[in-house]
Amino acid sequence: MSLVSAAFEKAAAENRAALVGYLPAGFPSVDGAARAAIAIAEAGADVIEIGLPYSDPLMDGPVIQEAVHRALTGGTHVADVLTTVQAVARAGVPVLVMTYWNPVDHYGVAAFARDLAAVCGSGLITPDLTPEEAGPWLAAADSRGLDRVFLVAPSSSRQRIELVTSVCSGFVYAASLMGITGTRDAVGSQAAELVSRVRDCTSLPVAVGLGVRDGAQAAEVAGFADGVIVGSAFVQRLLAAPDAAAGLTAVRSLAGELAAGVRAGQRR
Amino acid sequence: MSALDELTAAYEEARADPGFQAELAALLTGYAGRPTLLTEAPRFAAQAGGCRVFLKREDMAHTGSHKINNVLGQALLTRRLGKSRVIAETGAGQHGVATATACALLGLDCVVYMGEEDTRRQALNVARMRMLGAEVVPVTTGSRTLKDAMNEAFRNWVSTVETTHYCIGSVGGPHPFPVMVRDFQRVIGVEAREQVLQAAGRLPDAVIACVGGGSNAIGVFHAFIPDPEVALIGCEAGGDGLATGRHAATLTAGSAGVLHGMRTFLLQDDDGQTLETHSISAGLDYPGVGPEHAWLQETGRASYRAITDAQAMSAFSVLCRTEGIIPAIESAHALAGALQVGPELGRDGVLLVNLSGRGDKDVDIAARWFGHLGDSGAAR
Repeated sequence: MSLVSAAFEKAAAENRAALVGYLPAGFPSVDGAARAAIAIAEAGADVIEIGLPYSDPLMDGPVIQEAVHRALTGGTHVADVLTTVQAVARAGVPVLVMTYWNPVDHYGVAAFARDLAAVCGSGLITPDLTPEEAGPWLAAADSRGLDRVFLVAPSSSRQRIELVTSVCSGFVYAASLMGITGTRDAVGSQAAELVSRVRDCTSLPVAVGLGVRDGAQAAEVAGFADGVIVGSAFVQRLLAAPDAAAGLTAVRSLAGELAAGVRAGQRR
Repeated sequence: MSALDELTAAYEEARADPGFQAELAALLTGYAGRPTLLTEAPRFAAQAGGCRVFLKREDMAHTGSHKINNVLGQALLTRRLGKSRVIAETGAGQHGVATATACALLGLDCVVYMGEEDTRRQALNVARMRMLGAEVVPVTTGSRTLKDAMNEAFRNWVSTVETTHYCIGSVGGPHPFPVMVRDFQRVIGVEAREQVLQAAGRLPDAVIACVGGGSNAIGVFHAFIPDPEVALIGCEAGGDGLATGRHAATLTAGSAGVLHGMRTFLLQDDDGQTLETHSISAGLDYPGVGPEHAWLQETGRASYRAITDAQAMSAFSVLCRTEGIIPAIESAHALAGALQVGPELGRDGVLLVNLSGRGDKDVDIAARWFGHLGDSGAAR
């Protein structure tokens, strides 16, 4: 069983949802991002997503765009992402890389899978890779024992959900609303319905992302999903912090609040 | 994906529907001014080695470029989808103006995303779009040009897809856009092939067009693809020259990758990050290219070359002074290609050049380039 699957099983055994925290590599610095991700894990996140900074982040709103822009102009490279994964994985938490497809395609899919496995990364979340185009990645993931997490959206048809879940492992990423990251203060009402439609197609855990900012919302989502994904709210804390130490304190505090939230949620 | 599936199905249905085709054909003739002229340019040709040069006059179409062909098709499709709102990206503003025009004609709400940098460079086109009732949203992310406008349009589309059609302006983006936009633009080549046969008594030796995303080029090339004796030549933006790195010559200097939902050639760095591009022509200032052009290059059916800013502006000036036609700076890249290819053909050669747009929008940039403004107005 993969580390990610084990983390979801552990949460389920504790009758709660898992907490998944996202930060992009390289912001506020390569070391700073790793330290912040470790702080989030120590404060209760079960899985960490490290974003690979990309020039054209189509699924991301202004908050993550700004952090990614600073990471790239600060000179963050793909090699730094792998370094970050290694540092965070050493802290004992499963680490997935969230990446748009072109950087992986350009690196070479098999080489990327090899190098990700070598730094103890657990797999990839791929927002702009469709299952139809994923053949080489699925083969590479299989050969390296990596998880592959794809996304479904409220607009996804039953047929689409069946296709997407058939190639997923670890968990299924359910976008709570039709939109981009970090732009809404509420989880869409469509989220619970989507989770239930996904469960009709798979026994994999379903984690909900987009729109969760605080403990109360985490508790709400934990009431109907197997995992709660939080990204922009963490990044916002780092953007607002006057210095690195304050940033660490802020993300640690938010992670603690969210971890309490996923434990407070009434499970179905 | 569901929006793309819906669009693909609606487009396939419309393409096979004689009623849709008749309505589009009526708009193209009665509103856009098709067929556009084929004009022989003998005084320009004398500068191109003395062969015969024919210009396909897309500059004479309503709104001043070939962009109207595509937006009329997509606007009709929007109505067919039962949607009331259209969004678009624009670089120089030609596609934005064409989209605003079609939306005014059909009573659709229109929002155009335009890089902040471009809203400054092309302020008159911003005013034109607003006059036509469109909302223009300056995009302040990334390099603040066409690529970023497209990113922002995609971001808006995912949250508004139930009411909104995204009218992509070139032969790029996810399927079905590259095929659909090519189909709407292929009228250019269909007309031109017939017109040149009539005028010259034979097919041209070469068809030349400028390539940014590549919609006018695929439009004029497509009808000639089955004619092996006709060379297809695309002219990309060479900017300050390939060696400087300040250019937008994707097919000449790029490599394969994935951007905006398509696998094609891109200008990218060692990490697969999209590179910033440069061209004097905002309409060619894009780091990707339509995937069908990548395929035409790979199969050898078409060839692509880079034309620098200076070469394009020199050809711009030649056409102004020999034929009394002010071309768009985009189209001037194709004219520069003709000045290179013509002498290779000799006096018996026949060239077809797609004059994709007119230069009114570029008067300010060209006047600065040539020093025609104010007291320093001596010809350069």
